[in-house]
Amino acid sequence: MSVVSEDTFNSTSHFMGTNAVVQFVLQPILAFGVIFHLSMGIYLDTQNNKARSVKYAMNKPGTNSSWMSRNMKITGIMILLFLGLHFYDFWIPELNTKYIVGDMSGLNEHGGMRYFEELQHKFADPIWVILYVLSFVFLALHLLHGFQSAFQSVGFRHTKYTPIIQKLGNIYAIVVPLGFMFIAIFHYVSQL
Amino acid sequence: MSDKGMNLTLKIWRQKDAQSQGKMETYQIADISEHMSFLEMLDVLNEQLISEGQEPVAFDHDCREGICGMCSLYINGEAHGPDRGVTTCQLHMRMFNDGDTIYIEPFRAKAFPVVKDLVVDRSAFDRIQHSGGFVSVNTSGNTQDANALPIPKDDADKAFDAATCIGCGACVATCKNASAMLYVSAKVSQFALLPQGKVEAKDRVMNMVKQMDLEGFGNCTNTGACEVECPKGISLDNIARMNREYLKAAIDK
Repeated sequence: MSVVSEDTFNSTSHFMGTNAVVQFVLQPILAFGVIFHLSMGIYLDTQNNKARSVKYAMNKPGTNSSWMSRNMKITGIMILLFLGLHFYDFWIPELNTKYIVGDMSGLNEHGGMRYFEELQHKFADPIWVILYVLSFVFLALHLLHGFQSAFQSVGFRHTKYTPIIQKLGNIYAIVVPLGFMFIAIFHYVSQL
Repeated sequence: MSDKGMNLTLKIWRQKDAQSQGKMETYQIADISEHMSFLEMLDVLNEQLISEGQEPVAFDHDCREGICGMCSLYINGEAHGPDRGVTTCQLHMRMFNDGDTIYIEPFRAKAFPVVKDLVVDRSAFDRIQHSGGFVSVNTSGNTQDANALPIPKDDADKAFDAATCIGCGACVATCKNASAMLYVSAKVSQFALLPQGKVEAKDRVMNMVKQMDLEGFGNCTNTGACEVECPKGISLDNIARMNREYLKAAIDK
């Protein structure tokens, strides 16, 4: 949205940041989902590590499985690190502005909407752009396995539909992160 | 094909007993025919070791024709070696080249403790099977003819495919989490698909999964490695079916 219209981005951001349903219903559900996913991941990984105490002297996992499927922990940790940075850099300052300082106006000191300006400021820094793009590469790798794996875990597997789910999953895993990467690169390049 | 013998370096896990610390030992072996099976090559090595006054390498084997599921070697980083759809006993030396170094290790999992050298204890599978891998049939003399029960051909085929699992443990050995989901799901599926198995379906899946967890196997993260390495080509469809059966049973219980 930010690459199409500054005004639409500002009004949408203000709506998302101040709407009670988004803030107090959807956001806690999302947070619970992330915490549950993370907790289950750590719990299951701890069990998995205990299940083989002596490692193989020679192992060739690349001959029977994809890198993404074997390294969900690594890609997950990278996404978590990005989430930590995102909280430190965006979410906590937003909470501070809105609920501690009490400024729900969404305005900057000049009286204009602050959201697009803050976005532009963020993506003027090439380090932040690189971090952002790299994080979404890890998200893409995580989703390339995770999307179709979620269906298998709940028992949804079908000769006709599973290949479609796998293709849709691959498209989703590439297109969505690519979109986020494009936003960062677009705003960086537009300010050069 | 040439009959020229191969000279090989073997790196083999040696472990005196379950309590001892094991380690990889290196052996040289010469003039191995490419027509030999892998286990015949190990037989030759053992004859050589015995003639040199050394302890032969212990390894599991029985039928040597891919049926019994006893052979269980992790060869050059893969369960049952580099070939596909075969057990270790069906692996031939033509898969290797003169001068190769071959790593031979036991199937590794906490639930498969090493007994000696390359022999592991897979009785965890037996205990899982005992916990629910059966149908209770009245054998009082009034047993119904199996053919009297109509079964869709597709279901019968899938049940038969699941039943081809020989319980070798390659799925556990190859899984990065040492998960037994492919084995257990094959045993659940072979009954879940048939009318005779439906009576005890809920208890079966709950009990077998419970026993699987008690044995210390890891969890399935859907890498699909088990399906690739399975000598009988047991499909991941079975794991999805078991997940469905388990969810249904867990909700109903």
